[in-house]
Amino acid sequence: MGGHSEPSQIQSIIMEIRLPRLILALLVGAVLAILGAVMQGLFRNPLADPSLIGVSGGASVGASIVIVAAGGAMLSPLAGLSMVALGAFIGGVITTLVVYRVATSSLGTSVTTMLLAGIAIGAIAGAFNSLLSYFSDNQMLRQISVWQMGNLGGANWQKASLMAAVSLIIFSLLPSHAKSLNAFLLGESEARHLGIDVQRIKRQLIFLTALGVGVSVALAGLIGFVGLVIPHMVRLLIGPDHRALLPASALAGASLLLIADSIARVVVLPAELPTGILTALLGAPFFVVLLLKQRGEV
Amino acid sequence: MAIVANDLSLHLSGFDLLRNIDLTIEAGKVNVLVGPNGAGKSSLLRVLTGEIKPTKGDVLINQQPLNDWSMQDRANLLAVLPQHSDLNFPFTAAEVVGLGRIPHKTGFAKDQAIIAEALALVDASYLQRRLYTQMSGGEKQRVQLARVLAQIWQPSDLGEQFLVLDEPTAAFDLSHQQLTLSIVKQLADRGVGVLMVLHDLNLAARCADNLVVVNGGTIEASGTPKKVLTKELIYQVFDVQSVIAEHPVAKTPLVIT
Repeated sequence: MGGHSEPSQIQSIIMEIRLPRLILALLVGAVLAILGAVMQGLFRNPLADPSLIGVSGGASVGASIVIVAAGGAMLSPLAGLSMVALGAFIGGVITTLVVYRVATSSLGTSVTTMLLAGIAIGAIAGAFNSLLSYFSDNQMLRQISVWQMGNLGGANWQKASLMAAVSLIIFSLLPSHAKSLNAFLLGESEARHLGIDVQRIKRQLIFLTALGVGVSVALAGLIGFVGLVIPHMVRLLIGPDHRALLPASALAGASLLLIADSIARVVVLPAELPTGILTALLGAPFFVVLLLKQRGEV
Repeated sequence: MAIVANDLSLHLSGFDLLRNIDLTIEAGKVNVLVGPNGAGKSSLLRVLTGEIKPTKGDVLINQQPLNDWSMQDRANLLAVLPQHSDLNFPFTAAEVVGLGRIPHKTGFAKDQAIIAEALALVDASYLQRRLYTQMSGGEKQRVQLARVLAQIWQPSDLGEQFLVLDEPTAAFDLSHQQLTLSIVKQLADRGVGVLMVLHDLNLAARCADNLVVVNGGTIEASGTPKKVLTKELIYQVFDVQSVIAEHPVAKTPLVIT
């Protein structure tokens, strides 16, 4: 940009480009991290992440289908959202529904079956993705792989407001489930004996996760690491009580994605790196340090 | 008041797990289930606590069908300790016991006091700040016991309370076995109906007001240990020859094999 920009130009850059991008980064980071914490509680497994219920795999396929179908051309956006985003959201929601149906019987939803079904559906989605990539030309291939790396570059006010609406739903509903999630860690039948309506809460949490991750992935592509490792890191620092873990994970996720995106934007000027590359590069070493520190204490 | 099972039967995947069981768990009494492996003890516990619906028959708590109670109210009346709990997250002992206070709205200070008392009762005060994931098997089980005790620590307005324990002493050393039995007796004296599965017949004889022998999905015998524990029954149910003596101090039956 140089030093010769007019003040009005600077203002419009900040208002129209930087600010929505900053808000989108904060919200996507917070939503991915808080839903990661929710999934780890629901599956009673600290290695679970939001992609486990199939939403990311499905979103990938949805996005790839749109890119390939459009023949690499840029489709005209719909209400500020690209067709790729729409394809990703639909793909993500459909796969989550399939995984949920497979795992739900008259006895309720089995999280173990859901985990396995998520892996199976994820594998199918991966195969579809490879198939689509195989038949893509160079232009499509590049679009697909850039999308999969996760990128906040296309942020605008429409995207930021959509994400804000989804975040509002998630952040207003989740805190009331913190105690239930604590009880879930004991096991589902123990939670039931503590007076918790396990099936209803499970359904609600899965729905919120599909919504939150579906929209995040649609708007920002696949941003790995945040959903898996942020809750894990926060747990190492403050313990597993969801009443503190959920808000703290949201804060940490928002911070990480904001920092990662800011660096991604300036590190190879005048070009930009996909944000997803930076989240892992920044977060992983910190995580390793925490693990080493914990090993020393045990 | 009591937990009453009327003509319970349970068929699951082609097997008759329980057949025509009538059982009353009276409040203020220690009821002990014994029986060989696969006799249906755990299935019976799961039906009685509402985890599985029986194929036939019904279960009443304090004269009201189990499923008519709201989840929250039921949790105020009935606490259940499973045989194993695989909790893989690093809660402190105090936090685990605190989970037992979820059904209650007594406030932070009161809950903290109950947590401390429950831990003290099971001889686990020293574990309060320790992480559950780093405890031994017996310590974990004591913390879990404190959790279910905290759940029914105070009497409920909704009626008599019940505590169901599935092999609570399995991971315990001798002194903690004795401690568990004395806790259970104290609870029964307070009016709580206790139902527990035990494998050790002599332990069962020492503490049971009502001893229920389950075999092949039916109740083989029930009543006071003195009435139930006979040489013939033990041979018939466990296929083991034994001598029944009398405990020199407690005057309860002593099964010598």
